[in-house]
Amino acid sequence: MDSVRSSRDAGRIKLPKAIKILVAGGFGAGKTTLVGAVSEIAPLSTEETLTNRGVGIDDLSGVESKRTTTVAMDFGRITIGDAYRLYLFGTPGQERFWFLWDELALGALGAVVIADTRRLADCFPSLDYFERRQTPFIVAVNCFDGARRYDLEEVRLGLTLHEDIPIVMCDARQRESGKEVLIALVEHAMRTRLGATVGGDPPSP
Amino acid sequence: MTGPFDELPDTEWVGDEAGAIVRPYVLTRGRTEPASGRFDLVTLAVTVRSVPHRDSGLDPECLTIVRLCQQPQSVAEVAAHTNLPAGTVRVLLGDLLDQGYIALQEPHSETDMHDERLYRAVLDGLRAL
Repeated sequence: MDSVRSSRDAGRIKLPKAIKILVAGGFGAGKTTLVGAVSEIAPLSTEETLTNRGVGIDDLSGVESKRTTTVAMDFGRITIGDAYRLYLFGTPGQERFWFLWDELALGALGAVVIADTRRLADCFPSLDYFERRQTPFIVAVNCFDGARRYDLEEVRLGLTLHEDIPIVMCDARQRESGKEVLIALVEHAMRTRLGATVGGDPPSP
Repeated sequence: MTGPFDELPDTEWVGDEAGAIVRPYVLTRGRTEPASGRFDLVTLAVTVRSVPHRDSGLDPECLTIVRLCQQPQSVAEVAAHTNLPAGTVRVLLGDLLDQGYIALQEPHSETDMHDERLYRAVLDGLRAL
């Protein structure tokens, strides 16, 4: 009887839909800083315990060939009315955790790749990953104090970034700046996925 | 919620390090996949039954989750607030789903990402922050 009641309750409850946005970039580029600047909650950290099942799956001795790794991810939240909730995930930086990115990237609205002009090459792996996976992404150049200021087109050249990929300056510590980055990403993801239909008048009934 | 070991804070035969590893697997009785449901990190869970009493037979961790989810929470949030790995939380949420304590809201799939209303709503929301 309880289960009947609970399933009816479940049908009545209107929950928001969750939307994932990934924040990637090299170590120390400002991923967690950006998440913290725009999140409505203090950034939280969750751990994924991963089992590397790749090699030796049929090996009966199994136990030794399985390796578990724990990866910590920081994330924040932005509530959009009653209908949506954005969750921003800082992706674990190391290359060997990309199988975790696959789970994160599945169904994600898009990604922000943070570039640190002092170490531009650090964000190459992230760019390659999202290009290959065709996840819409933009590049946000984090302007650290004292970092050499680059012309955005210079950075684009340095990253060999396709001209369709937006590139914006940001200060990852500033909420307003972080908001602008997210808006640029959502606009880009909308254009990428919906193409020419965006902005046109809805067909008359 | 008081366990037999709570009165022995200085017990050394299970160190903090070992406890942090062993506990999640004890909780899930060795399971690494949930019995029910599909759990993305942003799958939302909400409690749909009144919070049970301590003697309901639920593990303290499950009781905590049921209380926490009186407000909808993502798997990632439940994991962060309970200090449990996300994989453990998935298993426990699967059990709670089976037992009718919680309901789930799946996150957007890739196909939902072609809904213009979603983008408009998110853009309006971000601009209004």
